[in-house]
Amino acid sequence: MDRRAILEELKKVLYPYTENKEMLKNIDDSTDLVKDLKINSANLVDIIIDAEAKYNVEIDFDSAENMITVGSCIDVIAEKMK
Amino acid sequence: MSRRVVITGLGVVSPNGVGIPDFLAAIRTGASGIKWEPSYKDLHFNCQVAGIPHFEWDQLKRYVSEITFHGLQGHALGYGIRAALDAWTDAGNTLAAGNTLGAAETLWDTGCVFGSSVAEVDVVKKIIGRVDAGEAKKLGSRVVEQLMNSGITAYISGRLGLGGRIIANSAACATGTQAILMGYEYIQQGLAKRMVVGSSEHVDPYIFGAFDSMRILSRKFNHAPEQASRPMSKTAGGFVPGSGAGALVLEDLDFALQRKARIYAELLGGACNSGGQRNGGSMTAPGAPGVIKCISDAVSNAGISSASIDLISGHLTATAADAVEIQNWCLALDRNGCNFPLINSLKSMIGHSLSAAGSIEAVGVVLQIVHQFVHPNINLEDPNPEILKLIDIGSLPQTMVEKEIKTVAKANFGFGDINACLIFSKYNNNG
Repeated sequence: MDRRAILEELKKVLYPYTENKEMLKNIDDSTDLVKDLKINSANLVDIIIDAEAKYNVEIDFDSAENMITVGSCIDVIAEKMK
Repeated sequence: MSRRVVITGLGVVSPNGVGIPDFLAAIRTGASGIKWEPSYKDLHFNCQVAGIPHFEWDQLKRYVSEITFHGLQGHALGYGIRAALDAWTDAGNTLAAGNTLGAAETLWDTGCVFGSSVAEVDVVKKIIGRVDAGEAKKLGSRVVEQLMNSGITAYISGRLGLGGRIIANSAACATGTQAILMGYEYIQQGLAKRMVVGSSEHVDPYIFGAFDSMRILSRKFNHAPEQASRPMSKTAGGFVPGSGAGALVLEDLDFALQRKARIYAELLGGACNSGGQRNGGSMTAPGAPGVIKCISDAVSNAGISSASIDLISGHLTATAADAVEIQNWCLALDRNGCNFPLINSLKSMIGHSLSAAGSIEAVGVVLQIVHQFVHPNINLEDPNPEILKLIDIGSLPQTMVEKEIKTVAKANFGFGDINACLIFSKYNNNG
């Protein structure tokens, strides 16, 4: 799965957790989950659990801490999918 | 100056009607909400009937934000959210658009007392499954808020922006009545201008099974569910578990008048005590001295004479204790025979919804005051002769009665020998 495909799937993972559905269509690597998409930081846990199921990966604590922007999420997921 | 407390909003999720219009129509006509539950046969329950509201889960999307709805679970939570938010809007308030973002300012003068018996067993079951399988990390961020006993008050107060005292109370079958009394007392003491009060209950198979094992549930009417809940009847053979939620908005009279709110009725006062599990009281049975004291205290706290009570909304679950309850009412009010007020039990239609019983029944009481009628006791074609030794059969309406109803006493009694009694009246603007 290339970065573009990961991004498309990531939009589906993020969808239930953001009120900013319009913005979600145009997210890029620099989009911040909490600051831009207004995602409640408590829900980052749920996003990681959903991402693990979606991409069939295990995301450890240290990697999860890096998942702040859309770009860093894709980095972590791509790394784990290797 | 003594503060008066009025009711300005109602919400209900009942086995015989979800929402006030449906519930009102049901209690006028004596419509039963008791149904046969096939799965209870497979579970080898003695009682296989229950009162379960016809509740469409997806409608909660209109009550909470999309994000909150995603991952929301727990029937009692859903019932409670719906009833409380309905009561809030019924009182002429609006809900802030959508969700937590952009919500209105915190309402410092408004609190919430909303009770339940147990945490959501559905949620507990999922947690146990995950944890025992070594998958605690997959539980996510939402289960704690649904596991905690204060989950319902947290959802309600968060949605409405309530900033006063937020309390989740629990007193078994007296929970709802107690919640209403606590809300009344906060307003009376000047600690709040408004209180959202009520309770909710979801009797899942695990709670149901625990009661079934006590052999106190109806078991002889599995073939005729609508006849299974028979308070005060000679053939009453145990209660029928029910689920649902009731909610009221209580308000300081001056505050309500100032905002030109519609006033349904006045809550004159009440009392809550325990018999201390002495003098016949036990874990499971209310003792007569405690019950009598509770009712007498409520009457005196409300500043009325017991002779002015037009209607009693009893606890009356459909067990042998019904006759004892009637005797306690007779002694507490010093009224019997033809001098006894009308008395009814909503449980004949919806069963006994434990924690939610008091609040659903209180909503029923307010509706009877507003619309000036007494709902029927269904399944009472064979009144218990022990009860007829105490009061006249004319006190036990089997069809709806249209009558002037000014003052109503409402009581519930819970495990642990907890008693609670409220006195409602028609609102009189002359004080």
